[in-house]
Amino acid sequence: MSKKHKEVAYYPGCALEGTAQSYDRSTKAIGKALGLPIKELDNWNCCGAMEVKNIDPKLQTYLSARNLSIAEDMGFDSVMAPCNGCYHNLKKAEYDLEHDASSREITARLSNKAGHRTYKAGKVETIHALDWIKDSVGEEGIKDKVKDGLKGLKIANYYGCMYTRPRHIFPEKDQGPGSESTSKPHYMDDLLDAAGANSVEFPLKTACCGGAHTLSDSDTSTKLVLNILQAAEASGADVIATECPTCHTGLEMHQIRAEKMFGKKTKVKILYFTQLLGLAMGLSPRKVGVHENFSESLPLLREKGLG
Amino acid sequence: MVRFPGSDESLDIEGILLRLDEIDALPDDDVACKAEKLAAEQLKMGEVVLETWLVARNGVPTERLKEGFRLLALHAQGAKGVPSFNACRETCREIVYQYNVVAAAENDGDRVRALRMMIMVVRHLALFVSGKLEVAGLGDFCCASKPLHQTGDTLTSSPGL
Repeated sequence: MSKKHKEVAYYPGCALEGTAQSYDRSTKAIGKALGLPIKELDNWNCCGAMEVKNIDPKLQTYLSARNLSIAEDMGFDSVMAPCNGCYHNLKKAEYDLEHDASSREITARLSNKAGHRTYKAGKVETIHALDWIKDSVGEEGIKDKVKDGLKGLKIANYYGCMYTRPRHIFPEKDQGPGSESTSKPHYMDDLLDAAGANSVEFPLKTACCGGAHTLSDSDTSTKLVLNILQAAEASGADVIATECPTCHTGLEMHQIRAEKMFGKKTKVKILYFTQLLGLAMGLSPRKVGVHENFSESLPLLREKGLG
Repeated sequence: MVRFPGSDESLDIEGILLRLDEIDALPDDDVACKAEKLAAEQLKMGEVVLETWLVARNGVPTERLKEGFRLLALHAQGAKGVPSFNACRETCREIVYQYNVVAAAENDGDRVRALRMMIMVVRHLALFVSGKLEVAGLGDFCCASKPLHQTGDTLTSSPGL
């Protein structure tokens, strides 16, 4: 079993303290169950999200770099970000600091003004929660901890658009067998299958959920989500597993909106992959925050003996 | 709006979405009989969607092929200078994949399944691009977008910072 990423700094980001509390809760719960200690970054700040990046990308680089410098100061060489947006932005900051002199200059200037050390590229590796589980315990570690398992629950694994794009900020991906793929990601499939699920072939696993449309053009978001939900059902899935709070919230909210606005009801349930892993390891639905989801999945989970 | 080769019918993205619904409503037996023709029609629909994006941005859609498919060449052309357009890269590749599955399927069940998956993927491309066109005046909406203020002052270039 690999020892890589056994101990990581944890960067929850804003979403996991708000709409995605169940993702935060289930991430911590499976870390504990798997014997993987995580330590939250002290006094972390926003990664720059899409709002700052759209106005001033260099400022976003600085904001993410500050979080990386905190991880380094705390003695970690890797920081785990479960949110796709945070993960993407920290990776992008790392790339920009390595390749762009202007980003380095501005980050140094803002760090001095804020009174903290300037982060230099290459000191801290940003990983996703999927990398964390895959690298530290892997499928074998999951199988060892699984109790009743997911009992063939049919799952469409939905990665969203930011986990793999743009390719150049993820140099560790597409490195051949065993590495993650940017065109057909599989880490979530691997882990959930190891937990007893049956991952279905799902053609929209990296398709846009319309998350950033939600306020400016809700109908387009609803139609995009509805198509994802219907494709998952057509693929035979009982559940869509998510690993991004923006996607997860979008799928839940627009599932409801699709029924209200367009009269299109879908039955597929939406759960974070960390919730599903926790359930497979015998944690209760409450322990992994199922009650905090909008998607009402308890009846299905009970039917499958998981609730 | 683009005319399909060998057809009098012209379809815009809205028309494509309606046509996809029509194909989706066909019974499995009909789909099985016409699967390859319907797959080719959908591949063309994908091209029309991307052509619409390119034309709206004053581009001239390429006739080139990438990996044997014009759809992939059009996507690469459409993403030049617009990194957020790569959010539909895998959607285009999935269309090609399902098209190939329809062509290679050894039985009607697999053929119909791939054709119906293709409908959903083409629909996703059409919705994505129509959304992108809708908000084009507001700047790129996507998380992987370019900044809104590309030529003006930024916060980090202001004297205070």
